[in-house]
Amino acid sequence: MENLIGWLVAAPLLGAAVLLCGGKRLDRLGHWLGTLLAAASFVIGAVLFLDMLGEDEHHRAMHQHLFSWIPVGGFQADVAFQLDQLSMTFVLLITGVGTLIHIYSIGYMEHDERRRRFFGYLNLFLAAMLLLVIADNYLLLYVGWEGVGLASYLLIGFWQHKPSAATAAKKAFLVNRVGDVGLSIAIMLMFTTFGTFTFGPVLEATGETSEGKLTAIGLMLLLAACGKSAQVPLQSWLGDAMEGPTPVSALIHAATMVTAGVYLITRSGAIFNAAPDAQTAVVTVGAVTLIFGAIIGCAKDDIKKALAGSTMSQIGYMILAAGLGPIGYVFAIMHLVTHGFFKAGLFLGAGSVMHGMNDEVDMRKYGGLRKYMPITFITFGLGYLAIIGFPGLSGFFSKDKIIEAAFAKGGTEGWILGLTTLLGAAITAYYMTRVMLLTFFGEERWRNAATRSPNAPSAEPAAETRGEHAEPHPHESPKSMTIPMIVLAFGSVFAGGLFSVGDRFVHWLEPVTGHDHGDSPLSATTVTLSTVAVLIVGVSLAWAQYGRKPVPVVAPRGSLLTRAARRDLLQDDFNHVVLVRGGEHLTRSLVYVDHKLVDGVVNGTAASVGGLSGRLRRLQNGYARSYAVSMFGGTAVLIAATLLMRAV
Amino acid sequence: MTTLAAAASTTSTGEAVQFWVLGTVAVIGALSTILMKKAVHSALSLAGTMIILAVFYLANGAYFLGVVQIVVYTGAIMMLFLFVVMLVGVTAADSLKDTIKGQRWLAAGCGLGFGILLIAGIGNASLKTSQGLGTANAGGNVEGLAELIFTKYVFAFEITGALLITAAVGAMVLTHRERIERPATQRQLAERRVRAGRQLPPLPAPGVYARHNAVNIPGLLPDGTPSEHTVNATLRGRGQIKDVSREALAELAALEQRSEEWLERDGDAEGGPSKERTPPARNGSAAGNVGGTRAEEEVT
Amino acid sequence: MNPVNYLYLAALLFTIGATGVLLRRNAIVVFMCIELMLNACNLAFVTFSRMHGNLDGQIMAFFTMVVAAAEVVIGLAIIVSIFRSRHSASVDDASLMKL
Repeated sequence: MENLIGWLVAAPLLGAAVLLCGGKRLDRLGHWLGTLLAAASFVIGAVLFLDMLGEDEHHRAMHQHLFSWIPVGGFQADVAFQLDQLSMTFVLLITGVGTLIHIYSIGYMEHDERRRRFFGYLNLFLAAMLLLVIADNYLLLYVGWEGVGLASYLLIGFWQHKPSAATAAKKAFLVNRVGDVGLSIAIMLMFTTFGTFTFGPVLEATGETSEGKLTAIGLMLLLAACGKSAQVPLQSWLGDAMEGPTPVSALIHAATMVTAGVYLITRSGAIFNAAPDAQTAVVTVGAVTLIFGAIIGCAKDDIKKALAGSTMSQIGYMILAAGLGPIGYVFAIMHLVTHGFFKAGLFLGAGSVMHGMNDEVDMRKYGGLRKYMPITFITFGLGYLAIIGFPGLSGFFSKDKIIEAAFAKGGTEGWILGLTTLLGAAITAYYMTRVMLLTFFGEERWRNAATRSPNAPSAEPAAETRGEHAEPHPHESPKSMTIPMIVLAFGSVFAGGLFSVGDRFVHWLEPVTGHDHGDSPLSATTVTLSTVAVLIVGVSLAWAQYGRKPVPVVAPRGSLLTRAARRDLLQDDFNHVVLVRGGEHLTRSLVYVDHKLVDGVVNGTAASVGGLSGRLRRLQNGYARSYAVSMFGGTAVLIAATLLMRAV
Repeated sequence: MTTLAAAASTTSTGEAVQFWVLGTVAVIGALSTILMKKAVHSALSLAGTMIILAVFYLANGAYFLGVVQIVVYTGAIMMLFLFVVMLVGVTAADSLKDTIKGQRWLAAGCGLGFGILLIAGIGNASLKTSQGLGTANAGGNVEGLAELIFTKYVFAFEITGALLITAAVGAMVLTHRERIERPATQRQLAERRVRAGRQLPPLPAPGVYARHNAVNIPGLLPDGTPSEHTVNATLRGRGQIKDVSREALAELAALEQRSEEWLERDGDAEGGPSKERTPPARNGSAAGNVGGTRAEEEVT
Repeated sequence: MNPVNYLYLAALLFTIGATGVLLRRNAIVVFMCIELMLNACNLAFVTFSRMHGNLDGQIMAFFTMVVAAAEVVIGLAIIVSIFRSRHSASVDDASLMKL
């Protein structure tokens, strides 16, 4: 059974290879092949899951050693897999949501000439992500980590003819690189500290290592997590990443890839547990991002970007929970899974809306769409209720647990974190209600919208190719798109309850991550009630602003905060001022030094060597006899030397 | 001589005499190999040196190698050299003038130094004892060699076989020229000649208008000047033409002189011109015969 | 007389051959000088064979001869083909090994 683990990765990798190398012959079948292999991976995952359930809870981890990758003296890197409860959770989420999104993409990308390539990239992403979560050492994890980054780059820039998409892809890649450097440094530190980077030995050895080193490793891991999970300060790429096709946003930038950071921190839990300073940093990053993303989500008019802000915020929740230590690991992962369901559903819903609206993304040009797209409306609505934490739906259970855990941290820190998470919950309710109201309720602002602003930028190029700026005709999407949405809606509704009843999820993950109830100053009921209260506040605020009054098609100027939030809270301006300008000055001074000093030395050396060789060149007169004389003379000298040595 | 050679650490007087005489000749041969202007002479000098070396091999108890040296080296390789010398053309007498500045002095200096060092090295080495080949050659030199070649050195031997085959194929590949166009027919050649306005009829043979029939003596044109066309281009190139036109004219003049005298003795001065026509014709053939015999002498 | 004298002769012949290689420009004569050097070596081999009392030296000389034969064949073929294309057998004319 353990031999199956490798096939989890192999199936989508094979798909990627075949689809990307196969050429045009596969255009007609490519998407089916890709979907089939993703589904195969899911089936393998499910089989392994059932097998795992049959085992005793402390003996569920499976290992597969494939081959020795880089055996150099004391440096042993193996390609080996470890499938425990944590990895299994991810495997099922990735392959499950991945397969659904493959199916959705069949419909969504139907008119795209490069659909086969798209599926190849999706398969590549799945393979890399699965490698990331089932690797049994940090180096192999790093391979998957980079592979995920590559796939993300390819998919964000899939419509490479759009300059904005190409730029967004580059931006995502570069920002991710910053995080990747953190991970590579962390791995190097691990190797120098522990002499290995296999999970087992590293995590067991944390007790005997100095806290300073562990803090350094932890901070580097946090940097890596920030890059991949779009946390402050490396959050700027996520909003622009929405330039990619919507299924990509759903799969990569909502459900799976961005959760890699949470996985990394949870997996390295032992390191963080032993380094409280690093944990504090994690919690801080999580809390800041939580609010940061939520505020951005409130201001955006682009439906995908609003959802991207929401993603950032929700991952902030997870990072925060993971930073809480054993109190929060389980809930971070639980929220991750439920978030995977409802955020993927929301993104697919957004894609469906755009599909029916000539790829218009501005929510101010939507309105009243519930009549035209009933299935999308219902599934999106269920996802909406889940994310705001409507009691009984999955988001309610998972988010509530995180808020409880934040309070359970104890002391002033616990209060600050708890209140921050509550505030986040309120803002979440506000911006999601706003999205919902702008899109599906109110007057039908899309009528005549096109004539009013004919040059409205449209995110998806298909609109340009179709050459339509006429009045859109909203319609429901094909079945291949609605079915995945329905399945995900089911997940959004029931997953949380399923996990929470009898603390199933806690028991499932406890052997891997450990669990601690903490010491909450508030009772569970109080927390739940206050969560519901802030939820109601958030929803009603949004209703007051967008539900009762008509919404202007052109966005009002808004307050200072709104304007800043529309510009992603000035994150790009910050980067520009600090990194771009600073970098320019640095490079200019370096160029100066380079010209004057380095070039001077180099050119001087070159000139003197040139002059010398110009003289030496005369020895090379091209006559074989001349060369023969030198050889003969050399031989004579050698004989003389030999004789001389003998004589001495 | 041979029994003695195989026997002792010092050699017999006979061998010593032989060594000093033939050794001197060998060195002279080697020196003339590198100093002779013409390649043919160099080759012949080298062949002489090699034959002397063969004698030395025999004296040293290497009977098989001595014979091989004569048969293969002097017989085959040197003949191959001569063949190529002829093919490439013996025309150019290699001038010993330097094209590279100082090359000659450098070469001579290096050679001198090298030779001194080598000889000093040999003098330094302790080579005082010589065991002789008496035991090794006991079962016969050829048998002894054969035993070694086919046992200890069998791999090297096989590989040299491969080397020889490769060399044969290589030589063929290097010198073989694929004919890529159809050779011109006789008609085309004739047309080409006409178009070029060169000599149309076949070239005249040497000696046709001359009084000699040797190949290196050009035929004479009716006005008495030698014709280049009648002599082989190779001989022309080497400058080995023997111009006899002047000689023939002188002979003719002498003949006329004699006949004049003879006619004068006849006492008929006025009838001279009318009679003059026949005696030269008669005596001309006689002069031709004289020339012919002289040419034969030169050829032989 | 000591057989060592043969070695001196061999050294002398070798040196003369080597000098000839450096002096002469006609490729064929250069080649002959190389043959002279090889022969000098052979003489040394044969003499050593006699001094050591075994036949291995003669075997070496034998192999040298075989290799020399192969070398002559190829070398002369090269000279002929160079002569064909350049109408010269002078080693200085083929001075293409410079800029």
